Amino acid sequence: MNTDVVPGVVAVIAVTIATLAISTWGLQFSRTTSDFFVASRTVRPALNASAIGGEYLSAASFLGIAGLVLTFGADMLWYPVGWTAGYLVLLVLVAAPLRRSGAYTLPDFAEARLGSRGVRSLCSLLVVVIGWLYLLPQFQGAGLTLQAAINAPPWVGPLVVSVVVLVNVGSGGMRSITFVQAFQYWLKLTALLLPACVLLAIWAGDGAPDPTSRGGADLWSYPLGEGGAQGLYVTYSLIVATFLGTMGLPHVVVRFYTNPDGRAARRTTLVVLALLGVFYLLPPIYGALGRIYAADLAAAGGSDVLILELPRLMVGGLLGELLTGLVTAGAFAAFLSTSSGLAIAVAGVLSQDVTGRRVAGRRLSGVGAFRAGAAIAVVVPALVSVSSPDVGVAQTVGLAFAVAASTFCPLLLLGIWWRGLTPAGAIAGLAVGGLGSGMAVGWTLVTSGTTGWVGILLAQPAAWSVPSALATMVVVSRLTRGSVPPHASRFMVRLHTPEAVDLQRG
Amino acid sequence: MNDNPRVRVTGPSRRRASTHRSGRVEIDAGTELGRVFMRSLLREQLGLALGILFLLGVTVGVLPLAFYLVPELAEMLVGPVPLAWLLLGGLVYPWLLLLGWLYVRRSEANERDFAALVEEVDRS
Repeated sequence: MNTDVVPGVVAVIAVTIATLAISTWGLQFSRTTSDFFVASRTVRPALNASAIGGEYLSAASFLGIAGLVLTFGADMLWYPVGWTAGYLVLLVLVAAPLRRSGAYTLPDFAEARLGSRGVRSLCSLLVVVIGWLYLLPQFQGAGLTLQAAINAPPWVGPLVVSVVVLVNVGSGGMRSITFVQAFQYWLKLTALLLPACVLLAIWAGDGAPDPTSRGGADLWSYPLGEGGAQGLYVTYSLIVATFLGTMGLPHVVVRFYTNPDGRAARRTTLVVLALLGVFYLLPPIYGALGRIYAADLAAAGGSDVLILELPRLMVGGLLGELLTGLVTAGAFAAFLSTSSGLAIAVAGVLSQDVTGRRVAGRRLSGVGAFRAGAAIAVVVPALVSVSSPDVGVAQTVGLAFAVAASTFCPLLLLGIWWRGLTPAGAIAGLAVGGLGSGMAVGWTLVTSGTTGWVGILLAQPAAWSVPSALATMVVVSRLTRGSVPPHASRFMVRLHTPEAVDLQRG
Repeated sequence: MNDNPRVRVTGPSRRRASTHRSGRVEIDAGTELGRVFMRSLLREQLGLALGILFLLGVTVGVLPLAFYLVPELAEMLVGPVPLAWLLLGGLVYPWLLLLGWLYVRRSEANERDFAALVEEVDRS
């Protein structure tokens, strides 16, 4: 075995053991089905915010941004800005009402609000689709990382991640995963912060060369892609997808049900904004330093491993090896925590709507159905990622955001703030948004040959698919205004009144 | 499972015998007065949310348009750092946090006012 791989192997094993140990420790608190799904809704804001941060900072955040900044420059800064601003939009429009709705999952919310099984089924389908779309790049990123860090074949990463996630999620559910994810946020932050300090010191010691002065700098520091009207459209469409898509991601939403009440849900979100803001200061530093010290990585198309390679390129000897081990540990934590969160969200929906159903006269227990759901949630995308390893990582995450923004965002906004939403309106809007955004990006992923305005409109569908879904929901709801659910007013009372006021919320 | 009962520990109500209907009862019964309470709370909260989103829109939201209309902005330097990097890589995050903090403060105040209003009707 080559000594180059030692830090990577040690890091991956250490993170795996720490994850399983914390998960086992958390197990002693997990007793009931409610513990499994929502940690019995007793997670305090500071712990919950760390867990949300840990879950949300995925492979795309940890590895992807630095690589994108290295290759494409300042316009890629819009990704972390959008991913953080998405939480602000979520805070002001949905956080507290969503918690007060008292539902476990997005389909639960839709059914409670609209009283329709049809809407529920469509939402379940969308949760599974978005969850799988988001899991796929996590598994692929894990394959890439283990390939870069320990020269493993590409199927090892997905295998290791899915086994750890399954053990983790299947044994302790939401309660123990909360501790694991909180730990993983701080691990990820440390894993970027310490090396960044060392690398910045070395950069300053080298006389602080200017990254913008390296070749092709004109566009690199220009925050609008290729520029012109198309660059403007792409940037605004990205803003729509990320600002509005965050609230529709199933693993983000399910976390809000673990807060004790609506007020705690808001405070949790505020802490999340702070935690994300601190973390996202770091990846662009790696991107800019990579411009100076690792310019050939971008040319060779290997920009996704920039964060893993940069410490070794800039620092030699033992320190370089230690820092490499640290960033590898952080990257691996990113795959584990995001995959765990997604697996919980998808497993929660599957166990209610698929594995919890009566089959041949027998029905699985609540926890048994959850475990079966978790297995399906993880195994399907893991198999897909092994069989088709060439789908673009960042593109797939972008697709998940666009689909979430075009479906669940309008449903949540209108469901929470407008009494007049009807089941027919919700179904029509979800169909228009889901089919429009899904087909557009699906087409882009499959062909990738379409150019000009058509290609750009298809590659970044959010700017047209979100408004059309929203408009469809409103128009169809107005046309079917007779079928506004009779309990709509009562449900609005429940969503918006503070828990301290003692009202009937049934 | 779905609705863990919310228990509020209070003393026994001494006003049940009164002929006044409390603010809570008005809302529970869905009377015109109850609807007015709810409408005012919803309007306050939605107005606050839209106000915060407006602030987000006119600051972060107009940046792409500004860079499109005035491309020279991208080359402007603030100290050693290009303006675009300073804004998008750094300053935007404390600004988002400040907006979030403002929202949490105001929305909790709105809810306290609502609770006080409902209680006041209780006592009258």
